[in-house]
Amino acid sequence: MSAPAIETSGLVKTFGDNRAVDGVDLTVPQGTVYGLLGPNGAGKTTVVRMLATLLRPDGGAARVFGHDVVREADAVRSRVSLTGQYASVDEDLTGTENLVLLARLLGHDRRAARARAAQLLEAFGLTEAAGRQVKKYSGGMRRRIDIAASILNTPDLLFLDEPTTGLDPRSRNQVWDIVRAVVANGTTVLLTTQYLDEADRLAARIAVIDHGRVIAEGTPGSLKSSIGAGTVHVRLRDADRRPEAERLLGEALDAPVQLESDPVALTVRVDGAGSEQGAAQQAAQALAGLAAAGIVVDDFSLGQPSLDEVFLALTGPTPALAGSTQDGFSGGAA
Amino acid sequence: MTTTTPAPADLATPSAETLAAVLTRQDRPARPGALAASFTFGWRAMLKIKHVPEQLFDVTAFPIIMTLMFTYLFGGALAGSTRDYLQFLLPGIMVTSVVMITMYTGVGLNTDIEKGVFDRFRSLPVWRPAALVGMIFGDVLRYILAATTIMLVGLILGFRPGGGFPGVLAGVGLLVVFSFAFSWIWTMFGLFLRSEKSVMGVSMLVLFPLTFLSNVFVDPGTMPGWLQAFVKVNPITHLVAAVRSVMAGTTDMGEVMWVLAASAVLIAIFGPLTMRLYNRK
Repeated sequence: MSAPAIETSGLVKTFGDNRAVDGVDLTVPQGTVYGLLGPNGAGKTTVVRMLATLLRPDGGAARVFGHDVVREADAVRSRVSLTGQYASVDEDLTGTENLVLLARLLGHDRRAARARAAQLLEAFGLTEAAGRQVKKYSGGMRRRIDIAASILNTPDLLFLDEPTTGLDPRSRNQVWDIVRAVVANGTTVLLTTQYLDEADRLAARIAVIDHGRVIAEGTPGSLKSSIGAGTVHVRLRDADRRPEAERLLGEALDAPVQLESDPVALTVRVDGAGSEQGAAQQAAQALAGLAAAGIVVDDFSLGQPSLDEVFLALTGPTPALAGSTQDGFSGGAA
Repeated sequence: MTTTTPAPADLATPSAETLAAVLTRQDRPARPGALAASFTFGWRAMLKIKHVPEQLFDVTAFPIIMTLMFTYLFGGALAGSTRDYLQFLLPGIMVTSVVMITMYTGVGLNTDIEKGVFDRFRSLPVWRPAALVGMIFGDVLRYILAATTIMLVGLILGFRPGGGFPGVLAGVGLLVVFSFAFSWIWTMFGLFLRSEKSVMGVSMLVLFPLTFLSNVFVDPGTMPGWLQAFVKVNPITHLVAAVRSVMAGTTDMGEVMWVLAASAVLIAIFGPLTMRLYNRK
């Protein structure tokens, strides 16, 4: 049997008082997409930087294809590639120049480097922009050139650090297509993301990370069913009827009802797995109950649990996302 | 080569077949040697100059202003005529200008780190110092350009070096060697300090006293004793003395050796310190 693509045990990284990564154990099998899901400041990027040999762990161990990331950093570097916020391309250079530069650094001669750059630009739909400085690229083009730069030599393991943050839906789909093609070709991908939806679509397994710790791990399906199949959002016409609606929905769905700050809105988690009925059927019945009581519902939706809801479910009532805009909250707060 | 029309390239979608084609595994070429990798990074520095030629302003306009300013400001008062003063000043002002612009090495490095290019470079399996050495190679080109500019201005104004062309060439060579070594101080600060502005601040704090409290502008003989003591140990004084002697055709081997030894010491100390910070960043 070959070694897992990534194997960490008790990985720790501290910055001053902040335990950014606080004992992370991960096992990522080869040939799949593995999602690291968590809010800003959860420690995702720090984990990736340690695995890519850019940061030295303060504790624990990490191996990539069986090579220790500290003692055998060079062996690791020759098999991985990194794309992310801090591993981009040179904005002042053109698309072609960036790819040729990196290809030359990987050992291609001038002619092979030019050919490879042209081939990748073509495949990523960037031929037209090849001679333009990267700082003049749009967000989606920028992300594609970043990924192209990472696969000059097809890597065995590709780190994608929040590859779609800030992209419009169309560009995001393009990035997803590229990720799928990369994996289909046998490369293992470690994907960090803030979006459950993204992890769900791409990853075979997901680790949810918060305050530097893995708080849940599993397939997207098992993760979602562990916190309920979905969330029912209801908007009433009349705010005065909300207490009554809260009671009816709570009884019909057998779950706590959350009152939103919007005075006409209510949210309930539906647990489809534990019932013989699907989540949608349960929701329909609950709505029928509201109609029977004469409560007017203006808007209704049944959605996947959002990342906020995953976190609420996994970390308890403590609002795990409350501090997410600050970078340095302490690991021991929760 | 640089087209700036915002063409709608964004609409092009990569197709599955072409993606599969580029992803087929080829044999990986052997990794480049230390020197080849450094030169490739040097090529990057040159591409940056090509795209942002304004950045050459500090190695052309700044030295010209320095030369004109100090020649005409001090010339009459200190040496009786600007032409006489120029014979004394030119090698020194050349040293001052070039040593001053070494600080942009640190500033550039700091900007690179901020923009995120360095993590990619650091994750490549190449000789680790290559990115920094290459960057300084690019800067050496700037030093040569600045030195040439000053020499041309000097020749126009009436500087007549006794050492002739070989003397001038040797003087510039010595200055470039020292500046290459000196740049490693700034790469260290570039990695160490948090912002471009603080790198600038620290550089100025070091460079101003270092270049002005020396033998560049006046003979140290009239200075108070404590200042003379500083001027005597100031590496810039030795560098200026060496460059002056070489350009005048009266090579002072002692000073030349001093400068070469100081360059070796600078690299031996600040090279490893820089690399240590670079690896830990």
